[in-house]
Amino acid sequence: MNDVVGWHALLGNLSWSALPFVRAWRDPSVSEIIGAGAGAVVVIGAAAVVALITYLRAWRMLWSEWFTSLDHKKIGIMYIVLAGVMLSRALIEAVLIRAQQAVAINAPGLVEPNHFAQLFTTHGTIMIFFMAMPFLTGLINYVMPLQIGARDMAFPYLNSVGLWLTVGGAGLMMASLVVGEFSTGGWSGYPPYTELSYSGGEGPDYWIWVVTLSSIGSTTVGINVACTLYKFRAPGMTWMRMPLFCWTSLCTAILMIFAMPPLTLATLLLAADRYAGMHFFTANLGGDMMNYVNLFWLFGHPEVYILILPAFGVYSEVISTFSAKELYGYTSLVIATAAIAVLSFTVWVHHFFTMGQSANLNAAFGIATMTIGVPTGVKIYDWIWTMFRGEVRFSAPMLLAIAFMMTFVFGGFSGIILATPPLDYMVHNTLFLVAHFHNMLIGGMLYGLIAGYMYWFPKAFGFRLNERWGRISVGCWVAGFYLAFMPLYVLGAAGLARRTQEIFDPAFRPYLLIALGGAFVLAAGLASLFVQLYVSVRDRAANRVPVGDPWDARGLEWSVSAPPPEWNFATIPQVGSRDAFYVRKRNGGAYKPADHYRDIELPKESACGVIIGLAAAACCFGLIWRIWWMAALFLAVTVVTIIARSFMRDVTKIIPAATVEAVDRQWLAHAEAARPVPRELEQLERNEGLAQWMA
Amino acid sequence: MDGVAGPQLRHAGLNLSDDPRELDEVESDVFGFWIFLMSDAVLFALLFAIYGTMLPATAGAPGPAREFKIGPAFIETMLLLTSSFTFGMASISLKRDPRPGRLVLWLGATLLLGLAFLAMEGHDFATMASDHATPDRSGFLSSFFVLVGMHGLHVTIGAIWTLVMLAQLAIFGRDRRVKVNLIRLSLFWHFLDIVWIAIFSVVYLQGLIH
Amino acid sequence: MTGVTQLLGRVSRAAAALFCVSLAGCAVLGRGFLSPAGPVAAATRHEFLFVCFAMLFVIGPVLLLTPLIAWHYRLSNTRSAYRPQWAFSWPLEGLIWIPPSLIVVGLAVFLWRDTQHLDPYKKLPGQPIEIQAVALDWKFLFIYPDQGVATVNQLVIPAGQPVHLSLTSATVMQSVLMPRLAGQIYAMPGMRTQLNIAVNAPGAFLGENVQFNGMGFQNQKFTVEALDKSDFAHWLAEARAQPNRLDAAAYLTLSHRSTVTRPLAFGAIDRGLFNRIVTLAQPSGHTLALQDLPTRPPADGNQRP
Repeated sequence: MNDVVGWHALLGNLSWSALPFVRAWRDPSVSEIIGAGAGAVVVIGAAAVVALITYLRAWRMLWSEWFTSLDHKKIGIMYIVLAGVMLSRALIEAVLIRAQQAVAINAPGLVEPNHFAQLFTTHGTIMIFFMAMPFLTGLINYVMPLQIGARDMAFPYLNSVGLWLTVGGAGLMMASLVVGEFSTGGWSGYPPYTELSYSGGEGPDYWIWVVTLSSIGSTTVGINVACTLYKFRAPGMTWMRMPLFCWTSLCTAILMIFAMPPLTLATLLLAADRYAGMHFFTANLGGDMMNYVNLFWLFGHPEVYILILPAFGVYSEVISTFSAKELYGYTSLVIATAAIAVLSFTVWVHHFFTMGQSANLNAAFGIATMTIGVPTGVKIYDWIWTMFRGEVRFSAPMLLAIAFMMTFVFGGFSGIILATPPLDYMVHNTLFLVAHFHNMLIGGMLYGLIAGYMYWFPKAFGFRLNERWGRISVGCWVAGFYLAFMPLYVLGAAGLARRTQEIFDPAFRPYLLIALGGAFVLAAGLASLFVQLYVSVRDRAANRVPVGDPWDARGLEWSVSAPPPEWNFATIPQVGSRDAFYVRKRNGGAYKPADHYRDIELPKESACGVIIGLAAAACCFGLIWRIWWMAALFLAVTVVTIIARSFMRDVTKIIPAATVEAVDRQWLAHAEAARPVPRELEQLERNEGLAQWMA
Repeated sequence: MDGVAGPQLRHAGLNLSDDPRELDEVESDVFGFWIFLMSDAVLFALLFAIYGTMLPATAGAPGPAREFKIGPAFIETMLLLTSSFTFGMASISLKRDPRPGRLVLWLGATLLLGLAFLAMEGHDFATMASDHATPDRSGFLSSFFVLVGMHGLHVTIGAIWTLVMLAQLAIFGRDRRVKVNLIRLSLFWHFLDIVWIAIFSVVYLQGLIH
Repeated sequence: MTGVTQLLGRVSRAAAALFCVSLAGCAVLGRGFLSPAGPVAAATRHEFLFVCFAMLFVIGPVLLLTPLIAWHYRLSNTRSAYRPQWAFSWPLEGLIWIPPSLIVVGLAVFLWRDTQHLDPYKKLPGQPIEIQAVALDWKFLFIYPDQGVATVNQLVIPAGQPVHLSLTSATVMQSVLMPRLAGQIYAMPGMRTQLNIAVNAPGAFLGENVQFNGMGFQNQKFTVEALDKSDFAHWLAEARAQPNRLDAAAYLTLSHRSTVTRPLAFGAIDRGLFNRIVTLAQPSGHTLALQDLPTRPPADGNQRP
């Protein structure tokens, strides 16, 4: 007896059966073997990465130059790497979900209900919190300070903490494949299903803590981005001279600041119910699940715009650059962005029109929802008029932008249908809804994030991505989306519920098969992105663009070398107009040395962010498995690190003026020697990042 | 850039050097903390909203009229209000009084008042628990304990932070980061005071009226 | 430009796929509200078609203008105008702000009207029959308080007569959808929601829970059987002849997590069962002794069906 108590104190609820390998050994069904296979991929993948890094003797470099770095550019890149890893996992899960539904027609299919429920839960949770959020945060982190002429974010150390909290959450997400099971309650985790009475075990606890880590991380990002944009713009960079991506970043940051607390609170109160037996959302003793639903969607709807607005910013940059033209209706776009951000807080009830509230309330929220369609439509037309009287180059990011405009309107179409309460009663909770939000998130957000990745990649790494593979990938993403989700609209209108593990109507089969085919095409889209990356890295010598402006682009981020020096700008630029770099190029003011160079103070590398993020994740792991000593120990590590950091005084380093000058003059010599490339030839090897100035 | 206002006026609570770059940095440091407080304010606003909806959800467990005692709540309010005053005095010492003693004295007084508040609150909770009014009895009690407890947790963090600042004053004196963090701490402490006033009105006074 | 041909190829491929899907879709859409079997679904379909028609004026221009403008102003077309500094025009601003706003205002008027008109709580014309639906873990219990019978996973109603459903849940949140009859409403513990439906002609229709609630979720379907007057009376007599009675003990057995493969019927019921299920889960539910009526299944976590 004492022995059992001892083990429990040491290991909490952990037991052998928490390991999928053990479960598959005991019950070798297809479902368990798939689970064990996924666990094995995580373990072997992690071991392979560790072995590879060790083999390359890259640990020291990674630690001192990347993990502990407070440079916003490196943090941005690490966010995007994380998003790529998590996108791969969640997309494979999506294929498995579609495969299950396609084969489980009056048949058990591949995975059991419990496993299937975990699949749709992890797919949604990862795609929102560990794919979309890190991806857009990474883009903002990398690009925004460069665009406003800043040397770093307002709080570089907080930036690192936010990154590592997100990494910690993603790590727990991956750990749930190997240790125990994940929640079955969907990405929105509605109680009372996720309460202890209905979902015992560690699953909902995993969900609670990964989401909490991510939401705290995102709150820090929001504060950091907003403060940077308010206080760190270069002289002359007035609000209405900012690139549109900065405006969308600002609106996203403000949404994060106000919309993340409801999520943090929802998960923490659910944790209070599960850990302390409280009654916030339980089905008895005064609990009210609708409080959770309100809290969740008070976060959830602004979250939709947190996700989509940065993509809108990317499209604005991409369309303007590849149309070789000033952005049409800048003021309109700014007003529309701000209007969307404000309106996004007024529509959350449309996620539960079917709660049984009064028709007046539903109608009011339905009309508020449709109102958002106006600024969104205005944006689309602004982009169309940006192409008007331009010279459009159909590069991969531009193709994504065009595909976005035409795909997104279908999502708007179904969005208006869902905003109409009587129609929502019919298609809510069906695959119609699933098709709608994937229409918005793939056709709207993901196209934008990938376009941003392809567009700014040469800036970040100094060489262009392979255009041919880029176009193949774009083709897959576009065709795959239509194949995978248009059938779901039909199925949803035919009343097929979402999250169904088995289907009892053979008439649905052809649609589910087409959708499965689409899922494979989407997976091919991701695979070709990786091939593109591989091919581009292999051929990097031929595609270098060291001068830094391969697309004849417009913002300040293109006015520095590619990759930019750690300090971004040798001297902080003076801004006199919108499209500052473009104007400077035309006036012959670009690629000029500074009058005189000064010492530059930059934040020094710090391990504190890494320690805080990973210790917080370890604390959460202890909480999930009720290993109390572990939770207490790592909470203490987190707190002590935070305090210890506040005692450190040697937190900056000085880059001597001589170094700055040497690097700058070397780059200027490059620019001097480079042959300007006309837009027609920008995809050729002769593009060294110096655009020929026409018109 | 704003020669008329002068650096002294830009941060009324701080004696900063005239280096304009440092002034800008301090401005953003403090501004960022204001943004954080906004985010934190949303958290409390939602907890108040939840508390409001949970008022009738007593589910047979003890309700407000039986559990809330106006006496201790009033004393707690006075303790926190006084601590806000002492922190105000600490801020004035930071700005006007170069002698280290005063500042430490006022900060120490603030810390003691905060700890006294926490002790009283803990005593209140213990009294309620001995009356079987624990958070697992009803939705109402859950929301009460989490709302008031969340404020208590913030005060605890504020107290730890004050201790850290006292240590840093001893080690570093009044360097720029100590000054900035003292300004942030003062914002935090006054914010908690405001939240408490809301708790006192919405939770205790309203609970005792019914 | 190969990119453009690729793009056009993709667009046409997508359009073709969409077209095929929507053509073949006619058959499968017969399972949903686009093939209505009752007045509510019929009115909803009408509204759906109206919204689709109105939306054509929003998405049509985008679908036309985007490829046309992008193609016409391609870099290789030397005959198209190029005005890199042109970035604003008041008439265009008016054109992109005012018509969408007007469409939304118009849609809003219709939305307000139809939301009132199609409020699920609104009684349908005629004398409704009252049925109480209790969502359990992975089945539905239908209580006919006036007729004194109850069924599981089978909702038998008279065709042509409106039905008033009172919904609650004795477990987690669920959502009741009868795709060809009427839209869904949540069933939640401690709360009573309502739904009004009617069926035009006799027939059998699918009903389902569409809010995920655990491992038996996919099996939680029921049949709506609409019978004409005499058949309904006949069915009622048959149901009343069933020997088993829906009392606390029978309800307790029923409320355990399980799926039901065949519909059940109870010939007699305990009065007021529905109200007790609702009140027990309410904040004031303490007035009832917990052991009277367990609303929660035992804490058995991930129990399989």
